Amino acid sequence: MARIYPSLESALDCIEDGMAVMIGGFGGAGAPIELIHALVDRFKATGSPGNLTVINNNAGNGAVGIAAMIYAGMVAKMVCSFPRSSDPKAFTDRYLAGEIGLELVPQGTLAERIRAGGAGIPAFYTPSSFGTEIAEGKPQAEFDGRMYVQERWLKADVALIKAETADRKGNLTYRKAARNFSPLMAMAAKITVVQASRIVEPGEIDPEIVVTPGIFVNRIVEVANPAQEEALLRGGAK
Amino acid sequence: MAKKLSNAQIAWRAAQDLPDDSYVNLGIGFPEMIAKFKPEGREVVYHTENGILDFGEAPPAGDEDWDLINAGKKAVTLNPGASFFHHADSFAMVRGGHLDVAVLGAYEVAENGDLANWSTGPGSVPAVGGAMDLVHGARQIWVVTDHTTKDGKPKLLKKCRLPLTGVGCVTTVYTSLAVIDIRGGRFVLREKLASMSLDELQALTEATLVADGTVKDLIVPEI
Repeated sequence: MARIYPSLESALDCIEDGMAVMIGGFGGAGAPIELIHALVDRFKATGSPGNLTVINNNAGNGAVGIAAMIYAGMVAKMVCSFPRSSDPKAFTDRYLAGEIGLELVPQGTLAERIRAGGAGIPAFYTPSSFGTEIAEGKPQAEFDGRMYVQERWLKADVALIKAETADRKGNLTYRKAARNFSPLMAMAAKITVVQASRIVEPGEIDPEIVVTPGIFVNRIVEVANPAQEEALLRGGAK
Repeated sequence: MAKKLSNAQIAWRAAQDLPDDSYVNLGIGFPEMIAKFKPEGREVVYHTENGILDFGEAPPAGDEDWDLINAGKKAVTLNPGASFFHHADSFAMVRGGHLDVAVLGAYEVAENGDLANWSTGPGSVPAVGGAMDLVHGARQIWVVTDHTTKDGKPKLLKKCRLPLTGVGCVTTVYTSLAVIDIRGGRFVLREKLASMSLDELQALTEATLVADGTVKDLIVPEI
């Protein structure tokens, strides 16, 4: 059952060196900035958790959020579809210097691999990437006269998620297009840590509008008025 | 040498072919411009990979909500009847064949419909985004592109040299000089600039242009 944690630090104490961490968000929409920066602060203070594999659609922008994790030196590898942004320097410099790994995954394949990870489906076939470098070395098969590429599930030790409203049982709603990968990541991680703008009593979220059911959520911490990554970047955040 | 179309004019020309009552995904960057030129009275619902159907124009500066963006991370607005959904549903719409048209940019297109648009090879950071999913999902795959590279080399080739995005997927190419359909593994010329001869156009195209039917003039407004 989901539990409410009193602080960002306590909610994140399950993250250790070398873990795979899924981080919700697409660009700035849905990026759990407070959770990320609490983790960066812990790394700067203690040297841990480092050597992380981070799974997100992108690979950071400017110097906040995932880019701050990369600048801090706590990310060993990115699994993403689009490691470009308006300011991708944090990732690009380290990638071209061979200091950070990259597993490039087509966006729909990334989403479906995460969904499969959460749904107990070890592999599936997709038409995406057939005949390209991305498909090299992967099993391929014909179905109804068309070729498909086998892709495997993707799971993580921890997922960091930004929600709009959470109830004490872990049911979540999101804000506008900020949900993107988060409902999938919440399913695919052993421990899902949620920062919610508002925590309410069970029953206060209409069951008809729950997006992520509480069974996929483990830890909730309230962050009222959370920062928005894109707004921070446009405000000149360093 | 004929005056080639601007990107806005290529976008305008592609927009004239948007089917009525259709679901369309416009790739980030240049293809996004097509929405601006949609003919009056045609109903088109735009899909964006990050989980919105039926988004509208950008809001006025200062009114942006950065939780309401398209795949290019640009602020958008919602039309009445819009919906939000997560990424797995979004790509079910893509791969499941529910989109009518997807429009992408290109580094290279081959006469059999192969597309290269995600990697310029070693020494760069590769970024694929949703392109490899889109090219196998929508019923029609359009490319909007300059007819040649910046240094005048053909982009419409016999075979792509750069890493492929998809095999045999492109159905129509809207270039700065012509409109070309891909049928039966050939570039079939539909329209070309009137000021340009077929030979001149062929000289800028590596693969053979088939011009057996009526080739119409490519006519666009000043934009």
